[in-house]
Amino acid sequence: MEDSKDRMDHHADIEGTTIFDGKMAMKGYALNKMCFSFNDAAAREEYRADPEAYFDKFNLNEEQKEACRKKNVLDMIAAGGNVYYLAKFAGIYGLNMQDIGAQQTGMSLEEFREKLKKAGE
Amino acid sequence: MAKIIGGLTTSHIPAIGNAIATNKQDDPYWKSFFEGYPPVQEWLNRHKPDVAVVIYNDHGLNFFLDKMPTFAIGAAHEYHNADEGWGLPTLAPYQGDAPLSWHIIEQMVNDEFDITSCQEILVDHGFTVPMQLFWPDRGGDMPRVIPVSANTVQHPIPTIKRCLDFGKSLGRAIRSWPEDVKVVVLGTGGLSHQLDGKRAGHINKEFDLMCMEKIVTDPEELTRISRHELIRQAGSQGSEFIMWMMMRGALSEKVRKIHQNYSIPISNTGAGTMILENLD
Ligand SMILES: [Fe+2]
Repeated sequence: MEDSKDRMDHHADIEGTTIFDGKMAMKGYALNKMCFSFNDAAAREEYRADPEAYFDKFNLNEEQKEACRKKNVLDMIAAGGNVYYLAKFAGIYGLNMQDIGAQQTGMSLEEFREKLKKAGE
Repeated sequence: MAKIIGGLTTSHIPAIGNAIATNKQDDPYWKSFFEGYPPVQEWLNRHKPDVAVVIYNDHGLNFFLDKMPTFAIGAAHEYHNADEGWGLPTLAPYQGDAPLSWHIIEQMVNDEFDITSCQEILVDHGFTVPMQLFWPDRGGDMPRVIPVSANTVQHPIPTIKRCLDFGKSLGRAIRSWPEDVKVVVLGTGGLSHQLDGKRAGHINKEFDLMCMEKIVTDPEELTRISRHELIRQAGSQGSEFIMWMMMRGALSEKVRKIHQNYSIPISNTGAGTMILENLD
C-alpha cells in the first residue's frame, strides 16, 4: 500500500528533483503552453523572429522570460516548466537531453556522459 | 475468441528513432542495444500477431496540460505521427482496429475503469519507436494497432497497483472479443532515467534489473512500491515503468521469459527489452 506521505504531498524530498504536480502545473502553465506550441514549425519560426513578442503572446511572467532568455533549464523548471515541453524549447537551440543534462548538473558534456557510463558499470 | 500470445517490453527514447533514421545500428555505441531486437523480430515473425496493443505515454504531442487523461485508448481507423518540435521526418500512419478498440473501451468501463476514448490521437515517439524496433520493415505482417496512453507527465500519476489492475482488466476485455485474432501487448518506456533537475542523469541499474526479474515472477510484489519510491529509485521519468506493469497485467499469471536484453546507458536511460510468452 502507499504510505500517506506519498498521497499527501508530491513535493516530497528527493534530492535534485522537482515533482511536477498540480502546483507546478499551475505555476508553469503559460511557459509550458508556449513550449507545446513549438510542435508546429510555423510557431518555431515566429518565435525565432521575435522571442520577446512570443513570450508576451503566451503571457509569460518575468521569471519565465528571464529563464528562457538565459536558456537556463533549472530556472525554467523552478518557474514551472515541465521537461517534456522544455525539450521542444531546447530543440530550437539544437540542444538535446544530454546537453541539458550537462547544463543542469554543471558538467561538461564529456563529464556528463562519463557519469552515465559509470552508473551503468 | 481473441488470444493474447504474450507481451513485449522496450524503451522508447527519441534518440533510438534518430539512430534508426541515420542507420547507426552498427555503431559501437548502439550495437549492443540493437542486438536485443532480432530475437523479438524472429518471435513476431513466427507468431504473426494480428493486433498490437501499444501501451505508452504521450510526451506532449497529443495531450497538453489543459486536459490530461490518466488512461486513454485510441479508437480510430488510423493513427498519425506528427512533428514533436524537432522537425524530424513524420512516419507513415498506422492502421487501427476500431471495432476491437470500442469493445475494449466498453468492457473496461463496464469493469469500472474510466477510459478516455480517442477517435483522433497523434502518436509520438513513445508509440512509434517500439513499432520501428519490432517491425523494422513495416511489411504486410505488421499488425493493426491500438494505442493505450497513460499519464506520466503530471502528478498524480496512477499507482503501480492501479496499472497492474488496469492491465488485468485490459486482458479480460481482449480475451472476450469473439473474433479469432492473435494479440500482442507492448509495454514501453523506461527504465530508470531522469532528464530534469540537479539529479539529471540519474540511472539505477540494480533497481532496473530487480524490476525486470520481478515483473516475470512476482508482479504483485512490485505493487508495494509507492510512486514516491519509484521516482526516488528510477528517476523522474523512470515512472514510465508503470506502462510495463499495465502490459504485465494483461498476461497470464505465469509467463515464460523467452528473451531479455539490458543496455545502459542508452542516451540517459537504462534500456530494457523482454519477450514474455503467455502460458494459457
Ligand atoms: Fe518516454
